[in-house]
Amino acid sequence: MADERDFELSIITPDRVFYRGYAHMVEFNTSEGEVGIYKNHIPMTFLIKPGILTIHESEEVKEAALHAGFVEVLGDRITIMAEIIEWPAEIDEQRAQAAMDRAKERIEQKDSATDIARAETALARAVARIEVLK
Amino acid sequence: MASMRSIKRRKESVQSTQQITKAMKLVSTVKLQRSKTRAEQSKDYFTCMYATVKSMLAKVGEVNHPYLKAPDTSKKGVIVITSNRGLAGGYNSNVIKLVTNGDFVKEDLKVYAIGKKGKDALSKKGYEIAGDYSDFIEDPVYVEAMQICEQVLKAYADGEIGEIYLAYTAFKNTVSHVPTLLKLLPVEQGEADGEVSDTNAMMNFEMDEAEALDMIIPKYVTSLIYGGMVEAVASENGARMQAMDSATSNAEEMIDKLSLQYNRARQGSITQELTEIIAGAQAIS
Repeated sequence: MADERDFELSIITPDRVFYRGYAHMVEFNTSEGEVGIYKNHIPMTFLIKPGILTIHESEEVKEAALHAGFVEVLGDRITIMAEIIEWPAEIDEQRAQAAMDRAKERIEQKDSATDIARAETALARAVARIEVLK
Repeated sequence: MASMRSIKRRKESVQSTQQITKAMKLVSTVKLQRSKTRAEQSKDYFTCMYATVKSMLAKVGEVNHPYLKAPDTSKKGVIVITSNRGLAGGYNSNVIKLVTNGDFVKEDLKVYAIGKKGKDALSKKGYEIAGDYSDFIEDPVYVEAMQICEQVLKAYADGEIGEIYLAYTAFKNTVSHVPTLLKLLPVEQGEADGEVSDTNAMMNFEMDEAEALDMIIPKYVTSLIYGGMVEAVASENGARMQAMDSATSNAEEMIDKLSLQYNRARQGSITQELTEIIAGAQAIS
């Protein structure tokens, strides 16, 4: 149950409400690096970079692969507007592995035709997916 | 009076039409259920997104950002969401009317069409179709909205269009669908609700504000496009269900009327036959 160090966390995607509950800490990767947020943080907006989202509930720790979106922190309420997010159970490891190899190959080739930024995001996503499965 | 045979044929044809409309109604009812849950599930995201962006803009104040100031051109872009198939009552034409009857100048308008019906009707009227994404409406996926958004934002950034609108049918509930014209860009600033701006009074950004807008506004536009698509699909099925429902009951009415006519004609012909037989018998005796 919710004790006093808990805040309300909602993770919303365009297709569904991914998570709604109480947690005392949440960690994720932002454009400026990895952060962990407790209750009563100052109001802040973060931009998501592909990485692992860790939700520390009072008894359990949940992980998910969070790829894009932004986070709005407002004291005792945190809302993650996630464009892409997956629970470990929803990830296909082989596919992620294949995507990682492909992205690496593209970056190494340094073809002028390839979109390096795009390949790098794809690589980061694949890495996040594989990490969260471990 | 029409002959018995022709009335019967007519009745049968109405009956088979009724069977089709009945089946179509059932199909769209099922589809409506599915698309309705989808529209409801994604609603949270958009209300959140809308509130966040509004409060962010209210906080940011006067910033000279390209997404908040229109480029210097009279050209406008409009994303028109209609269906690929007809037989949905006024569903498609209502959306098209939004475009044709609005304040838009035909020559200055670029149409990004999602849905074949809207594309065909507008190109026939002489509008410029800048993009056609009709396949997407069959089963909207967020990634597809991202693609459309990318294209439209590119045109906006290049100064090809100065304003972007979205014409779609908002899904209020099963029976009420409202054709809506929404301005996507430049984002209108200022009128944030009092309550929202209070809680966000001191929102901080991890990064530069302009950078944050650069990242968040495209997400905002994408989410509105996706929301428009999801709602439009629900509205389409709702409109089709209603249209098919009234078509079925109209057919029912016609069948009743034709049955009556058929029975009258049958009775008439029997009476006539009898009179003829009696007259013949009398002539012999």
